[in-house]
Amino acid sequence: MFDLKGYGHLLFEGALVTIEVAICAMIVAIALGLIGAAGKLSKNPVAHFFANTYTIVIRGVPELVLLLLIYFGGTVLLQTVAGQLFGREEPIDINNFVAGVLVIGFVYGAFATEVFRGAFQSIPKGQIEAAMACGMSKGQVFWRIKLPQVWRFAIPGLGNVWLVLLKATAIISVIGLPELTRQSTIVMNPTRKPFTVFLIAAALYLIMTAVSDVFRHRFERRAALGIRRI
Amino acid sequence: MSFDFPLIWNSLPDLLGRGLVLTIQLTLLSVLAGLCLAVPLGILRASHNPWISKSIYIYTYVFRGTPLLIQLFLIYYGLGQFHWIKSTFLWDFLREGFWCCLIAFTLNTAAYTTEILRGAIQNVSHGEVEAARAIGMPRFTVLRRIILPQAFRIMLPAYSNEVVLMLQATSIASLVTLLELTGVARVIIARTFAPYELFITIALIYLALTYGIIWLFKKWEQHLMRHLGERPADAPAEGALVTR
Repeated sequence: MFDLKGYGHLLFEGALVTIEVAICAMIVAIALGLIGAAGKLSKNPVAHFFANTYTIVIRGVPELVLLLLIYFGGTVLLQTVAGQLFGREEPIDINNFVAGVLVIGFVYGAFATEVFRGAFQSIPKGQIEAAMACGMSKGQVFWRIKLPQVWRFAIPGLGNVWLVLLKATAIISVIGLPELTRQSTIVMNPTRKPFTVFLIAAALYLIMTAVSDVFRHRFERRAALGIRRI
Repeated sequence: MSFDFPLIWNSLPDLLGRGLVLTIQLTLLSVLAGLCLAVPLGILRASHNPWISKSIYIYTYVFRGTPLLIQLFLIYYGLGQFHWIKSTFLWDFLREGFWCCLIAFTLNTAAYTTEILRGAIQNVSHGEVEAARAIGMPRFTVLRRIILPQAFRIMLPAYSNEVVLMLQATSIASLVTLLELTGVARVIIARTFAPYELFITIALIYLALTYGIIWLFKKWEQHLMRHLGERPADAPAEGALVTR
């Protein structure tokens, strides 16, 4: 039942692409999360408005719709712009790896925003006041006091975001990126064993989740080092 | 570039009349069926017997650890690999995208709901359970009268999040040729090549549905909590994003 007629390696290559996409998207998500949290916690009403709109829209729209909108809509937009500005007529292709990373990063950036917002709020106020009293500037307070500590509070939440993000990369298969799910749909035809193929794909995803879980526990323990336990 | 408003107007009957109806059907049916499965599973998952609890955990771990899309493809494409299934009456259902979606969505949401319910059951106050036992209530009555109503109240905020995620997950039904909201939009786009107009329109419809669901659950929660009077709720803030 598990003989894939020599197509099996495609699944493993797909799994590698899945991991690459997920890591890149997570970096985008963390960057956007920090910016979003800064916006949500800022006293500037414009920044506040944009950060809130961001999380509200992301929560309300399925990832698949955002992916299709940005990939196909983006192609049309770029083509129109290129046509009007430079007189270019040939079709433009958006790189599907970049598109996938940006969309997944953009979506999970909203979740990371909530995580970071909570984490920044968990930093004891006294420490920030103490730093200010020492004469640190706002930037110094951010780099020296807030950022090193925010990870401690954010890591459990970010671990969760990572686990959901990893599985969400499956929808990038729709725009043809050869990640695990896409490779499975390719392999299922010549092998005529769709069940076996998807079962293996599911097992690979499960392994990724399980390994992530181990790392998450380790990170959490490390982040909590030096904290007095009651 | 211009925005083609007449096109949106002309697509609305298809989007709302067919797409939206199927999206709501899929969401409601899978969420209800998932809840029916999750209640007994959640009770067993909260059991003190490690054999029972662990075996349910394997199910929830597998379904929560793999993408829903893979689960859907496993059922939609995968079951055709077994010729004996094709010769039974089951095949009448399983060859249709609608039933495959319903099965995949139900099993998936049931796994998440089981874990939500387990968390809620374990958070029911011990004092009330002990009090009920002390006056001689049988175990099943304790479950029905004390534990489940309280657990339901506790799990409602997390559960509303699950329902919202399920609503959005129904968009992947379009990948197995179902004409729900996303599917209808993609068919119209293939004909007119106007991705902006259609995708933004359905994005707004999903947005409205999502916040409609959140509002309904909020009302329901207030209704269930009315006996508690004015007390600060420890539910996530309004509009807060929570991963599952």
